[in-house]
Amino acid sequence: MSSIENGVQELIARRAASELKGPSVVNLGIGIPTLVAKYVEDELIHFHTENGLLGVTEVEEEDPNLVNAGKLPVGERVGASFFSSAESFGMIRGGHIDVAILGALQVDETGRIANWAIPGKSIIGVGGAMDLLVGAKKVIVTTSHLTKDGNSKLMKTCTFPLTSTRSVDMIITELAVFTVVNEQLILTELMPGATLEQVRESTEADFVEGGFSS
Amino acid sequence: MVGGFGLVGAPLTLIEGLTGKDVDGLTIISNNLGEAGEGLGVLLRQRKIQKAIGSYFTSNREVGEAFQRGEIDLQLLPQGTLAEAMRAGGAGIGGFYTRTGVGTELAQGKEIREINGEPYVFEQALKADVAIIRAHKADTLGNLIYYKTARNFNPVMATAADLVIAEVDEIVAAGELSAEEIVTPHLFVDRLIVAKKILTKEGVIHRKRCARVDCEACCQ
Repeated sequence: MSSIENGVQELIARRAASELKGPSVVNLGIGIPTLVAKYVEDELIHFHTENGLLGVTEVEEEDPNLVNAGKLPVGERVGASFFSSAESFGMIRGGHIDVAILGALQVDETGRIANWAIPGKSIIGVGGAMDLLVGAKKVIVTTSHLTKDGNSKLMKTCTFPLTSTRSVDMIITELAVFTVVNEQLILTELMPGATLEQVRESTEADFVEGGFSS
Repeated sequence: MVGGFGLVGAPLTLIEGLTGKDVDGLTIISNNLGEAGEGLGVLLRQRKIQKAIGSYFTSNREVGEAFQRGEIDLQLLPQGTLAEAMRAGGAGIGGFYTRTGVGTELAQGKEIREINGEPYVFEQALKADVAIIRAHKADTLGNLIYYKTARNFNPVMATAADLVIAEVDEIVAAGELSAEEIVTPHLFVDRLIVAKKILTKEGVIHRKRCARVDCEACCQ
């Protein structure tokens, strides 16, 4: 990964971390969302991972049987607990997870996301994405604004299969922060160094320009 | 049914036993099919798997390739639905309604029912003839406790198959596990073996001796 790409991911992760307020239980997806944890100091924020741990923390001593949903080694904090996949997804679908931070391949202009399948390729994996979108009280999407080919990931309609009919609550990219209200994207913030012009040019989806700050 | 989240919590010794057995046409219910050439990935290469039911086959690129060649049939379920389908199967429930997947490709062709004004999709329970699972310790009665995130799907699979074989690090005397800490009560477990193929930081290794105090008797 280039250092620019790296910097973009860290910028997005740091902004997402600032959305979290304790006490709360937070599930972090694979990719940029995983980076969020290191910017969180609030002891009242507990990280949940769907493979069966509440109380994820930084890895101290690597244990191959102590991993997150991305199969990366993690640690267990004081007060952590382990449970089965059935119980873990009961927590998710049952509305016991306050915030889920997820990646996305595409976001449509009503805030619905596609993040599990690409047309033309074999559909062979979904994991816990659909459960998290249905069950988490608040869903924040962290993603780069553009694809590698320079196309907007924030589109009028997703061309990839949707993960859920539920709209997410917030979208954070390296250019801007959007909140989703009544299935409409509202630009609420420009990220450091980004201009409104840049956001307009890079966003295919219609959005409302809120009373934002930069 | 085969326990594990990738190789974590997978019964690697039992899987290896299966790779040496003359079987084919297996239907495997497992979150993944291991990794390329590891765990269930070996059974895939041997073309012993006719159908796989799971949530994330992406972790082994050879699954997609085998699927493209028409060598394997795949049934994809959201991970929570997969876990709950086994829980239901083990608890005598025929199926359940969930909001997960409604309006997506994974709900196509499935019954939709409105409950309290919201659409739910019907998912059928899953049961198996045999479950091979991984636990940390067993006592001689078959009570099981697990280790960290190696628990994952293992406890629900223990409930949902006719024959349940558990692979463990150590078998202790009944009474040595506290009744409060037992996760899988012995009535679910039919057979026990001690693990010889284990996941370490350095990858999957074969160990000559197990963790039993009287290892001499079992690991020759």
